[in-house]
Formats: sequence, C-alpha cells, structure tokens
Amino acid sequence: MLAVVGTVPNPEFPMVAGKTTLKNGEIWVQGRRVIVKRGTPALLAATIKTGEALGQEEPFSYLIGDTGSGKGSQRLYQYLVNDLNQRNFHALVFHYLHPHIGWHSKILSVIQKMTPKPVLIADAGFMYVAKMSGKSSVYDLFTPDMGELAFLADELAPHPFYTRGFLLHEENRVPDLIARAYQYGNAARYLLVKGEKDYIANKDGIQAVIDSPMEEAMEAIGGTGDTLTGIVAALISFGLTLPQAAILAARVNRLAGSYAHPSPGTQVSEIIPHLPKALEEILKEQRESIQ
Amino acid sequence: MEIFGFLKKRLEEVPEDHHQDRGFLVFENTSEVIQAENLLKRKGWKIRVMGPPPEIRTGCDLVIEFPLIEELKIKKVLEEAGIPPLQAIPVSSPLLKPVDLFQTKDFGNYLMVQAANMKLTVEKESLTIVNISGGGCPDVPYLADQMVGKGLNQAPSPLEIGHTLCGYALHLAFEEMKRRCLQ
Repeated sequence: MLAVVGTVPNPEFPMVAGKTTLKNGEIWVQGRRVIVKRGTPALLAATIKTGEALGQEEPFSYLIGDTGSGKGSQRLYQYLVNDLNQRNFHALVFHYLHPHIGWHSKILSVIQKMTPKPVLIADAGFMYVAKMSGKSSVYDLFTPDMGELAFLADELAPHPFYTRGFLLHEENRVPDLIARAYQYGNAARYLLVKGEKDYIANKDGIQAVIDSPMEEAMEAIGGTGDTLTGIVAALISFGLTLPQAAILAARVNRLAGSYAHPSPGTQVSEIIPHLPKALEEILKEQRESIQ
Repeated sequence: MEIFGFLKKRLEEVPEDHHQDRGFLVFENTSEVIQAENLLKRKGWKIRVMGPPPEIRTGCDLVIEFPLIEELKIKKVLEEAGIPPLQAIPVSSPLLKPVDLFQTKDFGNYLMVQAANMKLTVEKESLTIVNISGGGCPDVPYLADQMVGKGLNQAPSPLEIGHTLCGYALHLAFEEMKRRCLQ
C-alpha cells in the first residue's frame, strides 16, 4: 500500500490517519473532508485518480492542519514516530511539512527499521529538510522544480530561499545542476525535475527528457507539481520501476494539463479530472506501439 | 513596497565582510522573525533578515541582523512588543544572504513574478492574483487560499499571515509584482 504524509491549510483540521477516498472532487479521510486546491490534497487527488484508472486500492494518508507555524507538522511527526513501526507500506510519500531537522532524523530512524523498507519519495518541505540534514541519498525519489533543483545543487543552501545567485534556474543549466546535486550527495537515487521540460535523472546523469505536450501556462498553475508527485507515487505503488513510473507520470501530467486547455489562471482542480483519460491514452499508445 | 525597497537598498549598501559591528537576533520561530522585522523597520532601524549560521540552524530558519551597538534598545522594544529574542549573538562569520533576484514571465494577459522558489501570477487587466505556485512549506497552500482571487491591493500580505521562508519569498514576489503593476 501507498501512504502519503502531509498537511492541509486549515489550522482546525485534526490529526487523521486512514484510507483516503475522493468523492465529488473532495478528499475524505476518517469522516473528514478536504477541498482540493493545491498542496497535499492535490497530490492525494492525483494519486487516487491514477490508482482508480489502474484498479489500485486507495492510498493511506496521514494528514493534519498546518498553516505554517509548524505546530501541526510537529504533532504529525510525533504520531508517525509511534505509528510507522506498526505499518507495512510499499511506498511512502512525504510532502508539505514544516522542515525540522530533529524530527526528520527521528522519522528516518523509524523508517530504517521498517521491513521491507518502503520506497521513499519526498517533495516540498520534507525534501528541503532531507537535503538540509545531508540525508538525501537515503531517499529513492525527489521531485524538485527548477528552483528546488538549484537548491539541491547548492551544497551550502539550507533552503531554496538562500540558493546562491550563480546557480541560475535556467533550462540549459539542468545537466550541471543535476551533476552538482549528486556530486555533493544532495540528490535522491532518482530525480524527477519538473519544469518546461521534465527530466528523469540519476547519478549517471539525465536518463530521459519529456517535453510534450508543452503548455506554457502550466508553470504558473499552483499544484501541477503536486499532481506529478501524486501520479508517480501511484505508478510506483502499482509496481512500475522508478524510471518507468517517472517517465509515464511526466507524460500523463502534461497530457492532462493539455486536455484542460489551460491559461495561467487555470486551477489544478480543473486538470485532475483529466488524469484517467490521459493515462488511458498513453497506455493505449504504448500497447499499439508494441503490437 | 517601502519595506522591500528598503531591504533591497540595504542589501546593496552593506558589504559582505563588514560584519564586525553587527549581531543577529534568534527567535523561537519564523513568525516572530517576521513580526520583529516589521516592528524594527517601522522604528527606523537598519536591520535585515538573513539565514542563520549552521550551528544554530534547526530547519526553516531566519535571523535578524542588526547593529550590535543598538542591542539594548532593540531588545527592549522587542520585549515590550511581546516578541523577545531567544539570543542576541555577534556575527562571527558571513550570514547567508536571501535571494535578491527576480524572474518575470509575461504570458500576454498574465504576468508571473518569481522570487526564489515562489511564483505569483496576476491577470493584468483586473490585477487579480490568479495563481501561486512553488514552495514547500505548509503556509504556501494557506497563503494561496487567502490570496488567489483577490486584487493586488486587497490581498493580505504574506508578511502578515505567512510563517516560513517560503512565505517570505512569496512576500518578495508580491511586493515586486505590486512595484511593477501599481506604480
């Protein structure tokens, strides 16, 4: 089973942990409802939609309200430390969480005792703290955007806010930034770099580039990175290898975006319903190319 | 705008290696740093928000660099405001400098400004914030909820309701967007 750990932007939202469903465009966990806009709810919605199309069971999620003070994240970390050792997850995704080095170490210590060890995916705040802690190489997949890749490449930066200016977020610098992130041990086993082009890379360099369909407006739309992480997590949980899942996820996310005919004002909730059709279309294309 | 302009001016004015007369204030959390920054700037002190040295870093941190000579007065003002710093320490090594470069993208009817890892997009005609993307700290989805759909003049400032470095980066993007669109 796949588990997703993250936060929702509501300070009153309690700690919940359980199977997660999507009904009428809203996330439901333990009788609690979350509206899907961006962040972890968008990730979960994409995971569920992708899983549905593949006949997969719903993901498990650990969610709590946190609007940035970090109080919710800390309660969630405490809960995880006591709960994870009783679980058996095939893959674990860590998402919008308040970065805290001490809690990150505790969580990692619990995960390392899990057997079998789950596939570890980190994005957003938890990817930041993994890098800050010097523990990136423990993870199987990071899903940074271009700015976050520059942060991973900057061995001195503790947060993307401090990335030094010479590490420009430019498309033609991607191979150098990836190489530098691996050189200093600040990348996961695989990177799925999301942007104008999506790059799948490992320590040997760029393994694949996905650049179509190209919708320029996607860069402005909050949550399109979250959906990409949600799709790749569902595909890994389905049994695809990491590079297979990353390539397919990038293609599906782009095609779903294209089906929504986006403008920079489009919301990610308008893209998510197109995911099953996009997945079906690409799988059909792959089947036909084999025959 | 005024706050951002001042910050930018200070970044240009203060040479990297002339920090012997500077100290930094450490707070419980980033929200307190942001509140203290607002207060001290309103009072006219030449301070700037920076990254802490590695030995005191816990996660999503900021510190305030301040003129050491003003320590007593500054601490008194902060204590009176209910946001006393945990520590005031002389600067002994260069502090991390926040991003001060902006990237913009013109989509025709829309304009996007990026500061560090945060992007803010407005519809040019109505000056409505239509999207906020990037970032990874948990206040980003909350800030987006509060700001998207509102005009540049009506939206709450990320400095007032944000808590983290991502919130701070969004504040820089927001101020830069206002500078470009409202002046």
